[in-house]
Amino acid sequence: MLSIIQSMWLTFLHMFHKRETIQYPEEKVKLTTRWRGRIVLTRDPDMGERCVGCYLCAAACPVDCISLQATEDENGRRYPDFFRINFSRCIFCGFCEEACPTYAIQLIPDFEMGEYNRQNLVYEKKDLLIDGPGKYPGYNYYNVAGLAIGGKDKGEAENELEPVDVRSLLP
Amino acid sequence: MHIPVINAGWIIAGVLGGVLAIAPGLIWVERRLLALWQDRYGPNRAGPFGVLVVLADTLKLFFKEDWIPPFADKFVFVVAPAIVVITVLMSYVIVPVSPGFVVWDVNIGVLFFLAMSSMGAYSIILGGWASNNKYALLGAMRGAAQMISYEVFMALSLMGVVLHAGSFNLQDIVEAQRGMWFVIPQFVGFMIFFIAGIAETHRLPFDIPEAESELIAGFHSEYSGMKFGMFFVGEYMGIMLVSAIVTCLYFGGWLGPDFLPPIAWFCIKTFAFIGVFILLRASLPRPRYDQLMEYGWKILLPLTLVNLMVTAAVILYMEK
Repeated sequence: MLSIIQSMWLTFLHMFHKRETIQYPEEKVKLTTRWRGRIVLTRDPDMGERCVGCYLCAAACPVDCISLQATEDENGRRYPDFFRINFSRCIFCGFCEEACPTYAIQLIPDFEMGEYNRQNLVYEKKDLLIDGPGKYPGYNYYNVAGLAIGGKDKGEAENELEPVDVRSLLP
Repeated sequence: MHIPVINAGWIIAGVLGGVLAIAPGLIWVERRLLALWQDRYGPNRAGPFGVLVVLADTLKLFFKEDWIPPFADKFVFVVAPAIVVITVLMSYVIVPVSPGFVVWDVNIGVLFFLAMSSMGAYSIILGGWASNNKYALLGAMRGAAQMISYEVFMALSLMGVVLHAGSFNLQDIVEAQRGMWFVIPQFVGFMIFFIAGIAETHRLPFDIPEAESELIAGFHSEYSGMKFGMFFVGEYMGIMLVSAIVTCLYFGGWLGPDFLPPIAWFCIKTFAFIGVFILLRASLPRPRYDQLMEYGWKILLPLTLVNLMVTAAVILYMEK
């Protein structure tokens, strides 16, 4: 009996506590920088697309919501011909971001993407690409990779030595 | 004392209109209060402080499909929700809101209330049985057992007040409390009546006939639309009724200092008890079914009998 009255009193005192509710549309939720929301495709500091069309994100995606087609430009630089994410399927697990070898695909703290028409949730490359490097400002994949593309031969990347001539014994 | 004579038609209209207006409003009150005690805001979008959520709820209930399951007993299924509303509304007949403001000033007032609240059990039993659904039937069985066993000492706990006042008429009982509210000499009786009242309206924590977590919604699992709405409104009217009766029997009804009219005192006290009902819901878990029955028959019933006999002995001694 006493414990019942005590618990009623404790419940009553909650009247004077601070409210937990966030009045959402007027008052925004505080999202941390690592919050996994809308997916974007980032560019490297030279404004080139980071995505190299390796399909790892599509392979990692547990709900198969990413589809893309890789092509190459005249310099031998790979990029996606189309890149499509169906956000009505996406579960925002972030596996694509973890799988991406070039930091191209990133999840950002934004969830306000409600639509009346389901078809509008299918984002094409133009919707996904942003004009910036996202979470990794200085990173430029082709500048650190030992891959020869137009305008950059082997051994010309950052911190890269000249290739060793395996047919010569000279030091 | 001067009792203003009011046309009976106005009284009926006033009580009926008041009850039917306040009962749906209680849905909003309950949601806001529960939210208050759970550190939330509750409905606060539609209209000032979210009051219009009541209108939205009602409209929604009206536009829902009024579904009668093919396996149900149609006639009983339709009648059951009406019974709860009718019996509760009938009970309001004897509630004196202020001096002279009572629909039927009858000398068996308390008995009439007890009879009508017992009839309310039929709506649960018939509703659960006519649904032809095992969960509904289980809920109905529980409801019947609960209401019948709590009925017994609910009536007996009131007898203390009747002994003090020497009348079954609620107006006389209120008038008899001019010196002292009956809650002081009849505190045990008040506690027992209040507990029985919660069980009678099958409100939380005694919502065993409904028990969402075990019986889906118990006796009204199969109900939808306005038939469900009737059960819902009946429950809220039951809360109001028990609060009003507690106010009249133990807390001096309309009596109070003169700076407010009697009807205001009555409403303030009644709403305080409605608040307690909601606070109970916010703070207590549901007991197990056998615990409920054991509590009723093994603790409350003997306690009521002891209370009744002690009251009778004291009154007899005082009169000698």
